[in-house]
Amino acid sequence: MKQFLFFVQKEFFHLWRDKRTVWILFGMPVTQILIFGFALTNEVKNARIVVLDNAQDGASRAIIHELSASRYFDILRNLRSPDELERTFQEGKIKMAVVLPAGLENTMLHERTATIQLIADATDPNVAQTLANYATAIIMDYQQRQLGEQTVPYTINTEMRMLYNPQLKESYNFVPGVMAMVLMLVCAMMTSISIVREKEMGTMEVILVSPIVPIRVVIAKMVPYFLLSALNIASILLLSVFVLDVPIRGTLLLLVAECLLFTITALALGLLISSVAESQQVAMLISLMGLFLPTIMLSGFMFPVENMPVPLQIISNLVPAKWFYYIVKNVMIKGLTLEYVWKETLVLVGMTTFFMTVSILKFKTRLE
Amino acid sequence: MRTLRILLEKEFRQIFRNPAILRLIFMMPTIQLLIMPLAADYEVKNVKLCVVDLDRSAYSQKLVNKITSTNYFRLVDYTHSYDEALKYVEKDEADLVLQIPASFEKQLVTEEKTTLFLAINAINGVKANLGGAYLRSIIVDFNREVRLDWIQLPRLNVQPKLEVAAINWFNPLMNYQVFMVPGILVILVTMVGGFLSALNIVKEKEVGTIEQINVTPIRKHQFILGKLIPFWVLGLIILSIGMVISWLAYGIVPLGSMLTIYLFAGVYLLVVLGMGLLISTFVQTQQQAMLLSFFFMMIFIMLGGLYTSIESMPDWARIFTWFNPVSYFIEVMRMVVLKGSTLFDIRYHLLIVFLMGIMLNGFAVYNYRKRS
Repeated sequence: MKQFLFFVQKEFFHLWRDKRTVWILFGMPVTQILIFGFALTNEVKNARIVVLDNAQDGASRAIIHELSASRYFDILRNLRSPDELERTFQEGKIKMAVVLPAGLENTMLHERTATIQLIADATDPNVAQTLANYATAIIMDYQQRQLGEQTVPYTINTEMRMLYNPQLKESYNFVPGVMAMVLMLVCAMMTSISIVREKEMGTMEVILVSPIVPIRVVIAKMVPYFLLSALNIASILLLSVFVLDVPIRGTLLLLVAECLLFTITALALGLLISSVAESQQVAMLISLMGLFLPTIMLSGFMFPVENMPVPLQIISNLVPAKWFYYIVKNVMIKGLTLEYVWKETLVLVGMTTFFMTVSILKFKTRLE
Repeated sequence: MRTLRILLEKEFRQIFRNPAILRLIFMMPTIQLLIMPLAADYEVKNVKLCVVDLDRSAYSQKLVNKITSTNYFRLVDYTHSYDEALKYVEKDEADLVLQIPASFEKQLVTEEKTTLFLAINAINGVKANLGGAYLRSIIVDFNREVRLDWIQLPRLNVQPKLEVAAINWFNPLMNYQVFMVPGILVILVTMVGGFLSALNIVKEKEVGTIEQINVTPIRKHQFILGKLIPFWVLGLIILSIGMVISWLAYGIVPLGSMLTIYLFAGVYLLVVLGMGLLISTFVQTQQQAMLLSFFFMMIFIMLGGLYTSIESMPDWARIFTWFNPVSYFIEVMRMVVLKGSTLFDIRYHLLIVFLMGIMLNGFAVYNYRKRS
C-alpha cells in the first residue's frame, strides 16, 4: 500500500510541476461547455432569403412583410429578375428564394389559385426542409387571416404538451452531449501519453527494475487525473445549472457517481491507448483523431442513432459516450433513478474493466 | 535555397521513417470518411409513437391506421393507460404519446368538437417540434376526411386560395451525405495538418535536437518553411485521397472547378499549419502542444457550421466565426462542390484566409527563438 502511495505521489508531482498543463486541463472543459452550451443549436432562425416580387401588389407586399417580420427569416434584398437567382445562390449568401407570381392579388381573388414558389438551397436538406415549412406556415397563416375566422363543424383540436422541456431549450439536449464529448476526449487524452512518455523519456526502465507490479503502476497513473477530472465535473455541473439553466432533476449523488464512472472509463481507454502506442505522437493522434469524430457523430446527440444504417447502429454501441449521454439525459433531465439506467451503467462498468485488463496485460515488463 | 532543400530532405526522411504515424494519418481519415457520413442523417423519421386509445371506436382506429401508414411514425404500443405510455417515454422507447379521449367519436359526431391530447418528449427540441407538427398535419388531414363524410362541401371551393410549391435546388434528392462529406473532409484535413505541425517543433525541443539546428546558420524563416512545406504536401495528398473516396463511395463530383478547390485548400493549409507551428513555438512539451491545439481545433470545428448552422448561433458566436478558418473552408467546399461556385464567388473567403495565413506564419517565425 505504502509503495502504491509513493507512486501516486510521484504521478502527482509529474502533473503538478507542469503548471501550464494543469491550467489547460482545468480551463478547457469549462470554456468548452460554456461556448458550446450557448452556441450550439439546431434551431433554424435568421436565415437569409431573397424575394423576387413579380406582382408588386398589396398581397405580395403583405406576404413579404409577414416573412420579414418573422424571426426565422432575414430578407437580404429584393431581386429584379429570375436570372439573378442562380448567381445569388452561388455566391453562397442565401438559403432560400421566394418567388411571387405576377398579378398575385388579382389571381388570388378572381381565379382562386395562385402559386407561390419557394426555391431552397437543398445542400443542407434539413435546413431546406425546415425553412420551406416555416415559409409555408407563414403564408397559410396570412391566407387564413384574409378569410377571417370561421367555425367549421366536426373539428378535432389538438392539445400539445412538451414533456421535460416545455420551453424547448436546445441546451437540454446539447449539454449532456457536450459533457460526454468533453469528458471523453480530455480524460482519454490525459492518460494516453502517460505510459508512452515514460517509454520515450527512458524513465520506464527505472520503473521496470523496481519491485512494483504493473497493476499498481497503471492505477497510480490514473489517480491524479481522476482527481482533476472530479474537479472538472464539479465545475461543469455548476455551470450547467447556474449559467446554462439546465436542471438536475434526478439525484445529484447518482449523477455525480455516473460522471465519475464515465471518467474512469475514459481514463482507462487512454491508458489502453498508451500501452499499445509506440510513441507519444501515435498515442495522441489515436486519442484525438480516432476518438473525436466517432464521439461526436455516433453518440446520438448530434444525429439520432435510430436513423443510422443498422451496421452503424451496432458500431455505435462501442462508443462509451453513447451510453453516458443516455444516462445523463435520463438522470439529469428526466429525473429517473438508477432503476432505469442500470443496464447502461453496467455497460460502462464492463467497458472499463475490459480497458483496464487489456492495458495491464499489454503492459510489458521488459523493454524490447 | 539550398539550405531549404536540405531541410526539406531531412523533414521528409523523418516522416517516412516513421511508418506508424504515416499509416495513421492515411488510414484514419480514409476509414472515417467512409463511415462517418453514413451516421449523419437528421431527417425526422422513425418517430416512435405510443397511442393511448381510451375510445376504441371505429374513428379512433381509423385515425391510428392513418398515422401508422406514413413512414414517419412507428407504433410502439397501443394501450389504454396514459401512465403506461409515459413509462415508454421515460425508457426512451417512445418519443410521442397520442391520447384519444374516451368519448372521441361521440363528441365528434354529437358535439361537433373534440380534443386530442399529445405529449412529446421535448429534450431534443427540434425533433419534438417537427414530430409534433407532422402528427398534427396528419390529424388535420383526417379531420378533413371526417368532414367530407358528414357534410357535403360545395363542389366549387369559393375561398381564395394560395398554393406554395417548394423546389429544392443543388440537391434535389435531399441527400444528407452530399452535404456532410465535403465538411467531414475539411475536418479530417484540418486535424491531420493542425496536430502534426503543432507536435513537430516541440518534439525537437523535447528530444533536444533543436539545439543542433539552433547552432547552424539556418535562418528562422527557412526553419519554419522547412517544417511547413512537408505537411502542406501531406495535407493536399489527404485532400486528394478524400476527393477520390467521395467520388467512389458517394458519387460526389465537384460541380465547380478542381483548381478552385486546390487553390483554396493550399492557402487554407497555410493557416492550419501556421497555427500549429505558432502553438509549438509557445509550448515546452508535446502534451501542452496537443492540448492547446486540441482546444482551439475543437472550438473551430464545433462552431464551423458543419453540425449546426452558423446563422442560428447567438451574435457573439457569429462574430467569432469571422475569425474561424474552418468555417470558411467548409463553406467554400460546399459552394464549389455542390453549387458550382467559381473563384470569383469565393474571392473574399480566399482573401481573408490568405491574410490569416500570413499573420499566423509571420507570428510563428517571429516567435521562434534560436536562443533558449
